[in-house]
Amino acid sequence: MAIMNQDIVKPENLVYTKTKVLTDAVMHYCPGCGHGTTHRIVAEVIDELGIQDKTVGIAPVGCSVLAYNYFDVDFEEAAHGRAPALATAVKRLNPDLFVFTYQGDGDLAAIGTAETIHACNRGENITMVFINNGIYGMTGGQMAPTTLIGMKSQTTPFGRNVERNGYPLRITELLATLPGTYYVTRQSVHTPAAVRKAKAAIKKGFENQKLKKGVSFIEILSSCNSGWKMTPVQANKWMEENMFPNYPVGDIKVDGKIVENVDINRIVVDHPLTVVNQ
Amino acid sequence: MAKEMKLMKGNEAIARAMIASGTDGYFGYPITPQSEVMETLMAEQPWETTGMVVLQAESELASINMVYGGAATGKKVATSSSSPGISLMQEGLTYLAGAEVPCLIMNAMRGGPGLGTIQPAQSDYFQSVKGGGHGDYQLYTIAPASVQEMYDFVFDAWDIAFKYRIPVLILTDGAIGQCMEKCYVRDYVPRWTEEERRKNAPWGCWGKPATRGHNVVTSLELESSRQEVFNLKLQAKYREMEQKEVRYEALNCDDADYVLVAYGTSSRIAMKAMQLGREKGLKIGVFRLITLFPFPKKEINDLAKHVKGMLCVEMSAGQMIEDVKLAANCSIPIEHFGRFGGIIPTSEEVLEALEKQIIK
Repeated sequence: MAIMNQDIVKPENLVYTKTKVLTDAVMHYCPGCGHGTTHRIVAEVIDELGIQDKTVGIAPVGCSVLAYNYFDVDFEEAAHGRAPALATAVKRLNPDLFVFTYQGDGDLAAIGTAETIHACNRGENITMVFINNGIYGMTGGQMAPTTLIGMKSQTTPFGRNVERNGYPLRITELLATLPGTYYVTRQSVHTPAAVRKAKAAIKKGFENQKLKKGVSFIEILSSCNSGWKMTPVQANKWMEENMFPNYPVGDIKVDGKIVENVDINRIVVDHPLTVVNQ
Repeated sequence: MAKEMKLMKGNEAIARAMIASGTDGYFGYPITPQSEVMETLMAEQPWETTGMVVLQAESELASINMVYGGAATGKKVATSSSSPGISLMQEGLTYLAGAEVPCLIMNAMRGGPGLGTIQPAQSDYFQSVKGGGHGDYQLYTIAPASVQEMYDFVFDAWDIAFKYRIPVLILTDGAIGQCMEKCYVRDYVPRWTEEERRKNAPWGCWGKPATRGHNVVTSLELESSRQEVFNLKLQAKYREMEQKEVRYEALNCDDADYVLVAYGTSSRIAMKAMQLGREKGLKIGVFRLITLFPFPKKEINDLAKHVKGMLCVEMSAGQMIEDVKLAANCSIPIEHFGRFGGIIPTSEEVLEALEKQIIK
């Protein structure tokens, strides 16, 4: 007799299960992408803090446009870039709710730059999760504001050129200079150790909402192996070698103060790509 | 119901009615000629009394999206602006309509196109009732003609907005926003309690209890077959509103040979022109549109059966006239008279136009 899946998947055999704050919907994310892992740890944090019934999320436009299908919390779907404006009103009208935005680099740092900066500058008591993979994934791999110099994309087929395309925008460092941000950090989810650190950062970000001291901003560096045109393993290596020097991982601002030895004033990074993608 | 009479500007009436009608939040951005709405709210400090939130946003893009965010939690949330600012809000408006989020927007129209002028106009009719943003949608569009109506329509707006889950647009102009008139103010209608909010907006994002699935407020449906079903549902809602929610005022239309069709400021000028014409022995009536969507199609069609001609008076190059002609099946002469770019026509001009273009 064949052994069926249900013969194996029994409560006593399970060492790891889906957190209850994620729905049963099958995620559409590409294998290797950081969105799934980030969703998972955000959901775990909501579960651990016991705030599922008090949380409202705001979904962006981009790869995570369908985030509301995966989180089992109330969710609003914003227009492209406007999530911080929605979150502002949700929190101000419902100060007892935990409110978080979930946005990619195109949404947060290009089309939604004004909403991002002003929500941060007003010191809204919200948690902002920012996925930076240096590319527009959903629309097929065009240049993002965070695309590295020399990096290829569908709209920079010969590599990002400063004269033509300007510089990669380090929006996280920029936001850290604003008095309205209370906690600003950059993390990644490409190794088990990194996932644990990122989860701790997200947890801190949600807990900070109780303090009413301003925005908690958590950037998650993610690979986009589909958009970068690499295998997931190559993409994670490439991210460490090329994204990390431009976007250093770690806390940038904690408890309203810039972390010692963090250079938020660094103007431009001259770090040639180890391997040109594609 | 009406108790105390006060003298106030139209813009001030909007602000005071928002507070009095139990509005939960206002998000706005300054623009002439309606900045007094937010100024009045800030001076009144309703957060100290009713608990209403008032916030100055960084742009009209932000303010309409704040309306979206806040209203999607099932609260009564409003904004106001004027033509160029309303253009910026079109993206937000189509999302609000597509996500069926009740809310209130006031447009004090000024002359365009572009930055145009700050004087009154009625040239945003097309934008208001023919979409404005992308996709097949309508806003419930209501046009006050006095400061009193500015005040009263805010109360009416909340009933319609939540009954039909539709954004309500109060379409006025700089003249009514800026003029001062007497206005009967009402007793305070308390803001909804938490229980009332949950009862009146069971679809809202107010935190998922264990007793229900998660609520999602979205205008996205990737499956085209389901999107079509949703569009049909929206259209059914609009048809129902056309059956039940049309508002208009017909003055001296019963014995009229000629009718002036107008809304808002133009309708008041038309009323004076009617009076001047009647003094000369001309049988003139005024058909004042109160709702622009739903449009009084049937009433205009009926009217066209017993009058000799209509003159549409608009502070635009002729926008509403298209709907009037359609409603009347062009069965009688229907002409347009308008001044625009911030110019308000005189009643003498209107009467002269009626005599030249219609009576002949």
